[in-house]
Amino acid sequence: MTEWETVIGLEIHAQLLTRSKIFSGSATVYGAPPNAQANLVDLGYPGTLPVLNAEAVRMAVKFGLAINARVARRSIFARKNYFYQDLPKGYQISQYELPIVSGGAVEIMLEDGTPKRIGVTRAHLEEDAGKSLHEGLPGLTGVDLNRAGTPLIEIVSEPHMRSAKEAVAYLKKIHTLVRYLEICDGNMQEGSFRCDANVSVRPRGADKLGTRAEIKNLNSFRFVEKAINYEVARQIELLEGGGKVLQETRGYDADKGETVSRRSKEEANDYRYFPDPDLLPVEIDQPYIDAVCASLPELPDHKAKRLMEQYGLSAYDAGVLTASAELANYYEKVLRIRPEGSSVTLPPKLTANTVIGELASLLNRDGLPITESRVNEDRLAGLLLRVADDTISGKIAKDVLEAMWDEGKSADEIINARGLRQITDESSIEAAIDAVMAANPSQLAGYRAGKEKLFGFFVGQVMKATQGKANPTRLNELLKKKLSG
Amino acid sequence: MSELYHKTVAELAAALRAEQVSSVELTRAFLSRIEQHQGELNAFISVTASAALTQAAEADQRRAAGHAGPLTGVPIAHKDIFCTKGELTTCGSRILANFVSPYDATVVERLRSAGVVMLGKTNMDEFAMGSSNETSYFGPVRNPWDTARVPGGSSGGSAAAVAARLVPAATATDTGGSIRQPAALCGVTGLKPTYGRVSRYGMIAFASSLDQAGVIAQTAEDAALLLGAMAGFDPRDSTSVELPVPDYSAALTSPLKGLKIGVLKEYFDKGLDRDVEQHLRAALDVLRSQGASIKDVSLPNLPLSVPTYYVVAPAECSSNLARFDGVRYGYRCENPRDLMDLYCRSRGEGFGAEVKRRIMTGTYVLSAGYYDAFYLKAQRVRQLISADFERAFHEVDVVIGPTTPTPAFELGAKTHDPVTMYLNDIYTIGANLAGLPGISIPCGLVQDLPVGLQIVGPHFGEERVLNVAHRYQLETDWHRRRPARFE
Repeated sequence: MTEWETVIGLEIHAQLLTRSKIFSGSATVYGAPPNAQANLVDLGYPGTLPVLNAEAVRMAVKFGLAINARVARRSIFARKNYFYQDLPKGYQISQYELPIVSGGAVEIMLEDGTPKRIGVTRAHLEEDAGKSLHEGLPGLTGVDLNRAGTPLIEIVSEPHMRSAKEAVAYLKKIHTLVRYLEICDGNMQEGSFRCDANVSVRPRGADKLGTRAEIKNLNSFRFVEKAINYEVARQIELLEGGGKVLQETRGYDADKGETVSRRSKEEANDYRYFPDPDLLPVEIDQPYIDAVCASLPELPDHKAKRLMEQYGLSAYDAGVLTASAELANYYEKVLRIRPEGSSVTLPPKLTANTVIGELASLLNRDGLPITESRVNEDRLAGLLLRVADDTISGKIAKDVLEAMWDEGKSADEIINARGLRQITDESSIEAAIDAVMAANPSQLAGYRAGKEKLFGFFVGQVMKATQGKANPTRLNELLKKKLSG
Repeated sequence: MSELYHKTVAELAAALRAEQVSSVELTRAFLSRIEQHQGELNAFISVTASAALTQAAEADQRRAAGHAGPLTGVPIAHKDIFCTKGELTTCGSRILANFVSPYDATVVERLRSAGVVMLGKTNMDEFAMGSSNETSYFGPVRNPWDTARVPGGSSGGSAAAVAARLVPAATATDTGGSIRQPAALCGVTGLKPTYGRVSRYGMIAFASSLDQAGVIAQTAEDAALLLGAMAGFDPRDSTSVELPVPDYSAALTSPLKGLKIGVLKEYFDKGLDRDVEQHLRAALDVLRSQGASIKDVSLPNLPLSVPTYYVVAPAECSSNLARFDGVRYGYRCENPRDLMDLYCRSRGEGFGAEVKRRIMTGTYVLSAGYYDAFYLKAQRVRQLISADFERAFHEVDVVIGPTTPTPAFELGAKTHDPVTMYLNDIYTIGANLAGLPGISIPCGLVQDLPVGLQIVGPHFGEERVLNVAHRYQLETDWHRRRPARFE
């Protein structure tokens, strides 16, 4: 039986965070009433002309530099001609032969921890189209041109990915990068970050690529993974049944979890690209590139490496923390806080675990971004300080954090109000141990007869008796001593 | 004493300045002249009488308040390719027959802020595609010198209106000769500036890399005055050039002594009418007597200009005209069944035959598999033609030749054969492909039909071109001849 290899390339569309559109002065705010943000240029009125937004160029250059790509000294806008109701001019202004960015790469981490380089063939600037509306318009199609002319950067990868998981890892990598660069908000629900996946399969070891299908407009990481897996299975089944994969455009039906045919190669448009005579070539010189380069923030890969070196974090923890710049910033800010009169420094590993563990799940629960965390950096530092100075145990700290989140109070306020201070004094712990031993003679006998597993039972009982406040280290030491008689 | 409507823009401006006449009086005089002759000539698509009188009254107030500029109160007409706020802007097409523009083109805005009064919108070939003004949805324009003949195109309405003195001057546009050719056939002065000199914003695009706004007037002096008000960088047009606008009037009278004139060998070819050629030779003698020296120059690639143009211009037009789809404005077919039907019938019914021919030609030359052989090759030839001109301007200051091979032809004479019609622009297209300024001025009459002399200069050489034309007009009176029927 043939062993199949999957080959995937992605085309990512990222909406650039400019204040105005790429070729007009209209605003680009999401959610305005239909056509409230479409001026005469966006509407394609006779006689109107496009004027390039310099900020969109700067953002594209930023992206190019961040993926170590070539930034073209001279790039050209071209017209992609086709008719559609939401395309006012009858052509989309894009880049074709000379894109602004070409030949870059990013590195993804495979599941086994090995890095893999994914090539980026090109990234070009273009304008978005409008939207067609059907809801509440029986038998009619509405056209909303607010989005028409919104700047996009289309990022085209090499067909370097070999599984849906790799594709998602690459997509996440680019997603993280564009947000670090502050050139895209990455909002997939609103469509400001979306992708098309080119998927094909071939017998393992074959040189030639199989015929590909292009799955259009995937707007969540989950859909990307599901759509690709479905498509791969579909193609393999087709080929093994003696059929042929057709070169076509497909859509993803999220309800059914299937890809569906949209348009075959024969029906494909001939876009008749040609250089747009209304726009001059974009010329970029070295001083400009240098200035953009100097404005680049610390990029995710570099940041992760630094966190590993500086704080001794694992690659995994560093990877999770640097998935967004805001999360990494939060983490580092917590570590920099020195509570008044305290010489204790917070342990980086504990801090990392709390941020990507308990805090992240609270953020998740309430659907908040880290920038809107209900426990700020100062307060989290206050909590971790109490763990570090043995005031509370790590286990209690979890409850305290949740209470801080819900009640909006500091760690000390919660600890004091609830009497959660850890019991460290030996006599109190010993008294509790003695009481538990006296109450459980058969377990004590069992333990002494060699059932060492019962140690955990005694820990649990003592913790229960002290409402979890016994210092775990002390408790372990004392319990061991006492149990062995 | 000549009639008011015989006066040039410069003369009218002087009369206004001297308060011999008010702008309202002038505007009324021209409006009644238009009303009198519109039926014979069909030079206008719309006459904006009420707006004109309002603007004229404002101009008079400005003058009374002491804020008048050199052109304040002078009435002119705009080619109907320029968007005019609140007025019909049809581009000579059924597809825009109901289109009222919500904004003013930069050209219109600039002339308006200079105090110029708009009398109306002149007729034109549909979307400026034509050389005889017979493709207009609003019917052909007639040549005032012989109403059985064409006025040329595409700015035929502007040229005929100026020739018949229905307006002292009019704006126009030139993509392959659309200012110079009708100016020649109607015996008036037509200036096409350098590509990028005048903003294209609000000028409905035909072929974006070739289109340029200019002016049709009675004299080079008037053209200089009006160009000064229209020209200049416009941030809304990326292809407009950020160069200061010189005082075009100041350079008009410079002596021609030492001027080097190139006579284009390629222009004096077999296709040139013998009588036309004689007038051109006589015109060269006039310039020589002014101290200019004349030498032959050759532009070896120029004979390729017509086929080159008829690849590049349709390619751009096929894309530029895609926006006329019946969705947002303009003509929409009745009861479309679906989107495809809406497109096909709105465009099928809205565009005329010549426009469709060019859209199809353009679509073809841009198609996969044909792009390299047609569009790309045409762009290369275009560069060669530009280089030819550039070389010539190392040797001479201006090049001179005929504007058209023959005087005006009869209506319907060439409509059956597009290629014959296209060859009418054989002498004018080169300047568009190379983006150069050119002017056509009257230099004779052949059987009572005007003949045009074309002067082409280097990029941004408008001053020189206008200077040569003006000196010629000081020595001759061809530009003062008027068609007898419209005295």
